[in-house]
Amino acid sequence: MSEPSITTIPSTPPPTKSAWFGCLVAVVLQIFLTAPVQAADDYRTVAVADPYLELRTGPGSGYPIFHVVDRGESVDILMQRTDWYLVRALNGKEGWVDRAQMELTLQPDGDQVSFEQAKIDDFTDAKWETGILAGDFGGANIISLYGGYSLNPYVSLEVWGSQILGNFSNGWMGSVNVVHEAWPDWRVSPFFTLGAGVIHTEPKSTIIQGEDRTDQIGHVGAGFRIYATRRFLLRAEYKSYVVFTSRDENEEVEEWKVGFAFFF
Amino acid sequence: MESRFRVLFLIVAMIGLSGCAATKNLFGFGNEEAPPPTSEAPGQVIDPEVERREIKEPAIDREDFEIGGYVGIMSVEDFGTDVVYGVRLAYHITAGFFVEGTVGRTEAGLTSFEELSGGARLITDSQRTFTYYNLNLGYNILPGEVFIGEGRAYNTNLYLIAGLGSTRFAGDDRFTVNVGAGYRFLLSDSIALHLDFRDHLFDIDLLGEEKTAHNLEGHLGFTVFF
Repeated sequence: MSEPSITTIPSTPPPTKSAWFGCLVAVVLQIFLTAPVQAADDYRTVAVADPYLELRTGPGSGYPIFHVVDRGESVDILMQRTDWYLVRALNGKEGWVDRAQMELTLQPDGDQVSFEQAKIDDFTDAKWETGILAGDFGGANIISLYGGYSLNPYVSLEVWGSQILGNFSNGWMGSVNVVHEAWPDWRVSPFFTLGAGVIHTEPKSTIIQGEDRTDQIGHVGAGFRIYATRRFLLRAEYKSYVVFTSRDENEEVEEWKVGFAFFF
Repeated sequence: MESRFRVLFLIVAMIGLSGCAATKNLFGFGNEEAPPPTSEAPGQVIDPEVERREIKEPAIDREDFEIGGYVGIMSVEDFGTDVVYGVRLAYHITAGFFVEGTVGRTEAGLTSFEELSGGARLITDSQRTFTYYNLNLGYNILPGEVFIGEGRAYNTNLYLIAGLGSTRFAGDDRFTVNVGAGYRFLLSDSIALHLDFRDHLFDIDLLGEEKTAHNLEGHLGFTVFF
């Protein structure tokens, strides 16, 4: 008897350089070609190795168990939502099983099944990251969206777009950052950032004076990336901006933000 | 000007330094790790040539995203009630939590002042278009099932949402806080109906004093998981 090997079932294709394009194509295909009819052999079939497999009526631990599949019988995996799997038993009953139980099933050839899951290692090694942060920008409210690409675990490049909503003026800001993480494998990972960009401000319609302005900005900052769960992380940061105005003096603005992000 | 150069210099310095700290395979140009010594250990007789089986698995259909649209009614404070419509995209993080983005639009009517005064208008017609976007965190607080007749059961969720966003109304973008509750009725495992009630709060000083306006929205939506 050879040792049973463990095969990881990818729930999403492995990230490649054309991941963005792949995602886009996949989304478009999913939307336009929603294929309810799928060949039966497209489903992944696994055998129950535990004494029994509990099928629930919904994807959550609060839903009741309505059916039990015995050891040795096989089930088809139809889909996955968060950490729950929709399976179909041989008698046609469909129900939801949690990851912990699914990990105890076997492939038809007797190999153990392992389901791919984002872990804290991916938090360190993932190439792409996108998130949303909100906070205070020199007294105004700011909402930011960013996307980042890791050159290596320590250095990543980020592109930011922000909307600024103040009492006297509104505006937007776009910038490009370099982020350095000194200890990327820590669960709470501190980082330093530097960047440059442009800011556009326009006074509110109820303010008579003032005119629209577009200025260059530079900034330095620091913050924390905190691994939460699965592909999810929390992020908090401080940035100090210099706005290169056309007037005699440059403006300095401080910014505090918190938010969440996904890596993939 | 000088500080501009300083920032540029700092960026270059930072890329350089952090790159040095970890240049291995930066851009894929770094040297590969030295291969392990190939000479066999003298005492080794059996070559453990275990073939790693490549098993191509069809990826499991993963349905964590939810996309759809909605139509309902929205009351813009002081400006009457009109039809609202919008789109929604959600991502389910766990069985309980999800994040959601919505974009919606309605038309504000006339204030009672404008109605009574005859011709006077506080804002132009184009400024009456009320457009919002919101980014929310949601939690399925009461998951459950409903039973219709003897043989049918549908999964449902009562969820709460809260978040931030921006509203363009009366000539300005306004920072908006959004709270609400909704009911998700799953027609199948991948198709859902939604009934949502939300409050969009922002500060407005259009009618003199600054106040926090409550703009209440109720809508019926349809979403598909993918």
